[in-house]
Amino acid sequence: MRPVYLISGGVTKFAKAHPEKDFRLMVKEAYDYALRDIPALTPDMIDGAVGSYFSDHFTRQLKAASMVQDYLGLCPKPSKRIEGGGATGGLCLQSAWEAIASGRMECCVAFGFETMSRVSTWKGNEFIALASDTNFDFPIGGFYTGYYAMMVQRHMYEFGTTVEQMAMVSVKNHINALYNPYAQKAKRLTIEQVRQAPMVATPLTMEDICTMSDGAAVCILASERIASRVCDRPVHITGVGSGSDTMRMADRPHGKVLLLPHEQESDYATLRYPGVHSFRGGRMAAKLAYHMAGIQDPREELSFIELHDAYTSSEIQTYEDLGLCKYGEGGSFVESGIPFMPGIDYGLSLPQQGRLPVNPSGGLLACGHPVGATGLMQAVFALWQLQGAIEKHLGNGMLQVSRPRRGLIHSHAGTGTYITVTILEAVT
Amino acid sequence: MNESPEGSDPLAQHRVEILSMDPLILRDRYEIEYRHSYAQDTPFFLGLSKGELLGSRCTQCRYFYATPRRHCMECGHATTWERLPTTARIHTFTVCYYGSERFLKETPYVLILVEFEGVNTLFLSRLKGVDPEQVRIGMPVRPRFAKEPTYTVTDVWFEPIEQG
Ligand SMILES: [Zn+2]
Repeated sequence: MRPVYLISGGVTKFAKAHPEKDFRLMVKEAYDYALRDIPALTPDMIDGAVGSYFSDHFTRQLKAASMVQDYLGLCPKPSKRIEGGGATGGLCLQSAWEAIASGRMECCVAFGFETMSRVSTWKGNEFIALASDTNFDFPIGGFYTGYYAMMVQRHMYEFGTTVEQMAMVSVKNHINALYNPYAQKAKRLTIEQVRQAPMVATPLTMEDICTMSDGAAVCILASERIASRVCDRPVHITGVGSGSDTMRMADRPHGKVLLLPHEQESDYATLRYPGVHSFRGGRMAAKLAYHMAGIQDPREELSFIELHDAYTSSEIQTYEDLGLCKYGEGGSFVESGIPFMPGIDYGLSLPQQGRLPVNPSGGLLACGHPVGATGLMQAVFALWQLQGAIEKHLGNGMLQVSRPRRGLIHSHAGTGTYITVTILEAVT
Repeated sequence: MNESPEGSDPLAQHRVEILSMDPLILRDRYEIEYRHSYAQDTPFFLGLSKGELLGSRCTQCRYFYATPRRHCMECGHATTWERLPTTARIHTFTVCYYGSERFLKETPYVLILVEFEGVNTLFLSRLKGVDPEQVRIGMPVRPRFAKEPTYTVTDVWFEPIEQG
């Protein structure tokens, strides 16, 4: 394995619908943006690409990544499509990382997109629910919000997590997005407004759930040789990890916690794990990524996190999987203020505000979730954070984390069936 | 399939319906008929049609799954079909006020994960015959079966066991 760098990225404005652009044009816009950021990179230096989109149903087109490949002018270079549900973008980034790390390529493009607007919201929910077991789960009333609602009901029962703690995540991410022009659904919210929004599946309201989007994102990865030639501030990808869990939530075991370096077995003497309250695949992904990056205590060694908050509840569950707090403490973690941005008024009392910002971009809740683009969007925002270039790309510096050293991005599929964690570091 | 003046070309059977001229947006449909096989899980669905809820017990390590699974995830050995207990408890639940398009007309509906004494994993089902406001984790429930089987997993659902 050799060092791999993220050298540029681009994101389209995420929107409910872009009927005037198809997926090829959305990717092209993000790709051209990424190329403009590193003008010294010429097309002949690109060795190939990996494409990412979730659903052939949404696109009404199989092998859509081939059409992007030719639209970008990358034929006849190597290409393939990665599909892994909601984690598609994270898996795509890691696939491009593999191409460079193995020495197979010197420079690889990772592109992702989704056009979710071509069907109604509830048909779209059905397409997503078809990514649960179609013999045993989908016919019961297949609905991902329903699945996540059941998981967090159990989290609340086991640990005393509250709907107000979940609402704080919604407040945080929607307000962060006020400073992110790429976001779809930025707004100032209160805990009361989150709870008074229409109930979707108890206890999750419309404001606890991300929306469907049209959008695309592109990352360009390179070896040290290329990165040092074309990029002033490349970002080093120092850790990759991924994990999995059973397709049917019902099949999850109730056993022992998979421990991180800063935890002990005695922390969890009575906890039956993962059950349906926690994501074992997320814990596995974190453990592998921390090991590769040499992270002993993520609470002290990370500067910011962009994680897969498809639901406010899953952000709280993911704090625990990533070891930012112990299992069961995700609710009090958000109350502490630690995952909020410093210097932004959320209308909340936050004693430790801004110690470790989570989803400074606004996350999926506010940016939107064009599935195949989402994990790559996180990588682009992490790149800009670590380059200190948030102001350059977003037009304001409110979301710039101060002197960030190391960021974590987390991409998540199904009810936790595929999860990726990637660690990125500023080069000093 | 409807008769159409264009003859037997399936593509020609769509009547053009324009939703927008710029960008040009047309209404389009996409339908697929499958010969879907339950394959090795067939006995589970036949069991439901006879009012039996079958789990899978590992012949080697004895792990007991509340769902159909022909081979054990823990040790890889074959499982045998074994009836699940006829009483159970709610492990977790939600009341869906919205849903996928297919289920929108059934809202509000209650999803539950069911836990059985002595069984290692859970079972996803619907809870019926209850005020959604009254559903609680730990509530005792029992399976009910469709009189006219549809040979889908919806041939079984759960109802609360009356307390008293
Ligand atoms: Zn076994």
